[in-house]
Amino acid sequence: MSTQIPQPSQAAPDTTRIHNIGYRSYDGPRLGRAYARRSLFSQSLRGAYGLGRSAKSKVLPMLLAGVMCAPALIIVAVAVATQQTKLSIEYTQYAIYLQVVIGIFLASQAPQSVSRDLRFRTVPLYFSRPIERADYVLAKYGAMASALFILTAVPLLIMWIGSMLAKMDFAEQTKMFGQGLVSVALLSLLFGGIGLVMAALTPRRGFGVAAVIGVLTISYGAVSTLMGIAYVTENAGAIKWLGLFSPITLIDGVQNAFLGAPSMFPELGGPGAGFGVVYLLVVLALIAGSYGILMRRYRKVGL
Amino acid sequence: MYNPTVARLTYRALLGRRRALILFLLPAMLLVISAAIRVLNGADDQAASDVLGGFALATMVPLIGVIAGTGAIGPEIDDGSIVYLLSKPVKRPTIIFTKLIVAIAVTMAFSAVPTLIAGFILNGNGQQVAVAYTVAALVASITYSALFLLLGTVSRHAVVIGLVYALVWETLFGSLIAGARTLSVQQWALALAEKVTGDGLVTSDVGLTTAVVLLVAVTVTATWFAGQKLRRLTLAGEE
Repeated sequence: MSTQIPQPSQAAPDTTRIHNIGYRSYDGPRLGRAYARRSLFSQSLRGAYGLGRSAKSKVLPMLLAGVMCAPALIIVAVAVATQQTKLSIEYTQYAIYLQVVIGIFLASQAPQSVSRDLRFRTVPLYFSRPIERADYVLAKYGAMASALFILTAVPLLIMWIGSMLAKMDFAEQTKMFGQGLVSVALLSLLFGGIGLVMAALTPRRGFGVAAVIGVLTISYGAVSTLMGIAYVTENAGAIKWLGLFSPITLIDGVQNAFLGAPSMFPELGGPGAGFGVVYLLVVLALIAGSYGILMRRYRKVGL
Repeated sequence: MYNPTVARLTYRALLGRRRALILFLLPAMLLVISAAIRVLNGADDQAASDVLGGFALATMVPLIGVIAGTGAIGPEIDDGSIVYLLSKPVKRPTIIFTKLIVAIAVTMAFSAVPTLIAGFILNGNGQQVAVAYTVAALVASITYSALFLLLGTVSRHAVVIGLVYALVWETLFGSLIAGARTLSVQQWALALAEKVTGDGLVTSDVGLTTAVVLLVAVTVTATWFAGQKLRRLTLAGEE
């Protein structure tokens, strides 16, 4: 509708007209759904390390990444300096030893990835773009898992390069490095899923952090306490079942059964190859389950 | 110094909706573990002491302290709704003190009470173990709440810093470096527990006098400083 400017009465009525002020519709290329999904993925991945955010929010993730790499550098330096034939720690054990660092990284970054979208009600804005619910969940999940994978795989890479510098056996080191990568990939997917599910439940960042760390530490604390008791009471059958109830013991069991890793609890014995299948199935079910819960969570959220 | 309205709002912020679930999870787990140990192992004073010391006092009390202490003020500062509270004619140290009382009450309710029950389940308070650890949990609740409430006013990453203190400093460094144990709320609380049992079952690296002095000093200083911090609070913009 055009705006009618009050005309002086002597003006002729046929001078009224609609002005074309030059609005044009966009007819350039549209980048589409895949592009939007890729952008969301890369933004979330960068965000997990504080890139593209304020200097203050870079401190914590970068510090944790540094803490994660420092032991690997020390191990490599010692191995090169003393001409060892074997690294003093297995590739597969590295992430297990530093699980607290991984837990804190996940707890601090998973809520910042999803909670604030919920809190500031930006989720509907995402869905006004040509992305679907699955795209959002996949991008966020993928970004979180990738961030964790980078965090856990870089130290392994340092160790592998170090083992080459120390002139260790190439084939053997590469095989073990590969096994380590498979193990941390599984770990990243599992932890990323659990972290995002806990974080997506609450729009408050603080509670999200507490919930993630709570689930990780408490389940591990409870399982290792119960395992210790089962060991004292010589209830060996119960130990391998108990391992199914905490993320880190699950990963430990899987890599113990399939990836030739020593168990975290050597005196307790690993689950063995047969029972290892159960561990692997539980891990895969948890990964699929977290994806499913996230999909369910975002069906109605903020709309 | 105590404002009932602020207290009611804080209780609702801490226990409203699903948040109480996180708080219920830990004590429930402690009770389940205690019951499992009692059934599998029978009553054993050493096992009771290990569980109460290792799980209840070392993990559960700090975690609940972090959630209650930072949760009492952190989210409000985070989303900026604290300004509505600050604009009311209530003294800011009063706000801090009220929130501290609430945080202490919540921490005590969710950590000391389950500790006592777990102690009775584990060995029926043999050698005063249950009472000793309950006293430790009560005392630790006060200091943890004050400490983490201060953290909540100082930093946006209060929960993470609090967790790093509780998990890394007290657990990891405490077991590696003896000196770190002198600067640990857990050890100060244990000093009181040691006094209650009176024999070798509970040991602390800190003397009783030092522990009491440090506990009181840290609590008072943290509360005072949090009040000062709130007086000139600047709301940080979104990053």
